[in-house]
Amino acid sequence: MTADPNSNGRLPVADATTPRATTPAPSHAPPTRALPGSGEVRRHVLVAVVLDKPGVLNRVSSLMRARNFNIDSLAVSHTDRPDVSRMTITLHGDDVAVEQAAKQLYRLIDVLKVQDVTSEPTVEHELALVKVRATDGNRAEILQLVELSRGRVVDLAEGSVVVEVTGTEAEIDAFVALVRNYGIKELVRTGAVVMARGSGSIEEAIKR
Amino acid sequence: MTTRTEPARSPSPGTAPAGRRSHVPGDGSATAAAVEAARKGMLHDARDLKRTRIGADVLCEALLRQGVDVFFSYPGGVILPLYDVLGDYPELRHVLVRHEQGGAHAADGYARVTGRVGVCMGTSGPGATNLVTGIGTALLDSVPMVAITGNVPSALIGKDAFQEIDINGITLPMTKHNYLVRDADDLPRVIAEAFHIARSGRPGPVHVDITKDALQQETRAEHPSEAEVVAGLPGFRPNLGGHTRQLKTAAGEIAAAQRPVILAGHGVLHAEAWDDLRAFAEKTSIPVAWTLLGIGAMDETHPLAYGYMGMHGWKHVNRAIQSADLLIAIGMRFDDRVTGNVRTYAPYARIIHVDIDPTEIGKNVAVEVPIVGDAGRVLRALAPMVPETSMDDRRAYLDQLADWRRDSEASSWHGSGAWREGVLSADYVVQRIGELTDHQATYVADVGQNQMWLARYAGFRNPNSHVSSGGLGTMGFSVPAAMGAALGRPDRETWAITGDGGFQMTFQELMTLVADHIPVKIALLDNKKLGMIRQWQEIIYAGNYHSSSLPGPDFVKLADAFGIPAFRARTPGDVDDVIRSAQAVDGPALIWFEIAEEQNVFPMMPAGKGLSDLIEKWDGPDE
Repeated sequence: MTADPNSNGRLPVADATTPRATTPAPSHAPPTRALPGSGEVRRHVLVAVVLDKPGVLNRVSSLMRARNFNIDSLAVSHTDRPDVSRMTITLHGDDVAVEQAAKQLYRLIDVLKVQDVTSEPTVEHELALVKVRATDGNRAEILQLVELSRGRVVDLAEGSVVVEVTGTEAEIDAFVALVRNYGIKELVRTGAVVMARGSGSIEEAIKR
Repeated sequence: MTTRTEPARSPSPGTAPAGRRSHVPGDGSATAAAVEAARKGMLHDARDLKRTRIGADVLCEALLRQGVDVFFSYPGGVILPLYDVLGDYPELRHVLVRHEQGGAHAADGYARVTGRVGVCMGTSGPGATNLVTGIGTALLDSVPMVAITGNVPSALIGKDAFQEIDINGITLPMTKHNYLVRDADDLPRVIAEAFHIARSGRPGPVHVDITKDALQQETRAEHPSEAEVVAGLPGFRPNLGGHTRQLKTAAGEIAAAQRPVILAGHGVLHAEAWDDLRAFAEKTSIPVAWTLLGIGAMDETHPLAYGYMGMHGWKHVNRAIQSADLLIAIGMRFDDRVTGNVRTYAPYARIIHVDIDPTEIGKNVAVEVPIVGDAGRVLRALAPMVPETSMDDRRAYLDQLADWRRDSEASSWHGSGAWREGVLSADYVVQRIGELTDHQATYVADVGQNQMWLARYAGFRNPNSHVSSGGLGTMGFSVPAAMGAALGRPDRETWAITGDGGFQMTFQELMTLVADHIPVKIALLDNKKLGMIRQWQEIIYAGNYHSSSLPGPDFVKLADAFGIPAFRARTPGDVDDVIRSAQAVDGPALIWFEIAEEQNVFPMMPAGKGLSDLIEKWDGPDE
């Protein structure tokens, strides 16, 4: 416990959390109210369709910060509609906390639609560029790993290769783990983008 | 960006109206080209400006179109183009405040008593940052407000120009929405959107930042219709009517409940649903409790009006909540000052939560029946679905609540009658202010003990008659907010109930009250302490009184220096006289009540504890 700043250096004798009996204890304890959420924490994927206006990314990230949600990744791009952008946000939280995040996002004036696609059948892809340390001795070995991982070498240089891999977050994690032993000089990942399978369209479902 | 160049500046005295200054800095007269342009139709309705129509004109026109009759502002370098044209819009009343924070609180007070959008303005940099506390106050209490600031010319943005600050970045997390306007052609749309957003759905503040060049730029842009505004905001569609299936579930819960309590919040006032609330309560004979900001949603003399809940609420009300089997929460958000420790809150109750903002539902407490919608619409839809229940049908329950109320009122400090022994007690002062104004005034609280005394003892009869900074708890709120409230409801007396701490934060607005003849009566409850801080230090911090003693000036002399008649009360016997004297003053007046220095507000729920853990009196720590 830290000393209260107004305490003249003395430690407060009691603080707000110290229990102090003021009412007689009830003969039987009442039931305890469940807190919202406090369920299992897992990874969620939110898709937000937003108006392509200056500052909209700032509004989204500012909200997530202010409401104490931790974003794992955030990918933003244009859509086929010139005035509309799309964000894919991955974050960890329990169902209630993520639902709260989705509702808070939806409340932003520039946000047209928010969907939690975590439990839906989706195609999920992420792209990574990995600059791997390579020597004449192990280059062939690395290239073979790249091929097996359905990756692509996009740059070859004395002492390194730059590999492009795409796939789910887990697939990329796996590739990165594979090449880590050779030495990773640089790594960049786009963050996941997802699309629901089937003929449904989040863009066609936006609020109007 | 399409900033246009100014018209040629050849002086042509023959065409300029005599004595009329131009909006163009450094130019002594309107140009022939400008007059020609005006003749071609760049006019606001039939107003013949005899000069070009510029961004600042658009702003004034837009305010008038929104029905704004008064706004609160302070000039500065980059907002001067507005001040240059204001004289052409005499029906827009400009109140020159003495500090922008006062302007923001005044707009807030105006909005709360009228239900309309309050407007405040300031210049860039410090003018804008001074508005911020007022904007935050409006956000936390969902008050419709449009705050407008000037900014440096577009070309200087990002250059750390004189009085430049990224005010958009500052207000982003504390507004419903905000704008930066660099082109006068955007102004009609942006101002119309700002008002629409501020007042629609859950109300809140919207900030519009306008660059100086946009204010000066010539424009022919037309004002959009309300339908065009709505169409231009595809991401803003507040959900007003409740979901039918949830309404049916709610009706079933209500029919089955034995110990139901209605919790009325600010949303009832925003929705102007006080009649619907009363009708619903009467049909079902369910008692109504209210939050701090829900005060006035129910006439306190109504047989089903039960009282004010929460940290310093009435013990009987908290007791009813703790024993309830159903809470019907309408337009309130289970703030920590209402619930205390959520785990021990209303342990036997199922909860129906009605709120227009879906983010509020399930945020602080888990609820059984969520209903997203406007309080009035939901109450009107729900009323025919619930069975009629008479007060006799609930006799045993209501009798028990009545017993609890008698017990709780008698056991409070107020009930103890301490003031009769010569101690000037704040709750007695507040009670007499309520009685001597026939409970028909607007009462504006500051923050702290005075706020709680007002909430508990004034006796409220009318909606929108209580103004209080509940969410942000902004000290210094009372006097400036009362200024706006008095202008919004000139038919009512307006009383600012403040403490010596809050008063010393914003008393510069006394001069605004004088200069603009705004008849606010100020009841200054002076205990020479930061009373609530002192109370916490006494009870929670073992009597370690640091920085809670607050020597103040001679407040009668202070008021006198502003030209405000002032009265002083030291004993209970003085109270009625000074209140009547202040009421007799034609204009603002101040009463200096030198109240008991160490009076506490009881009951009190220590932060982190539950509603069943109220401290009702304090004789020192338990040994």
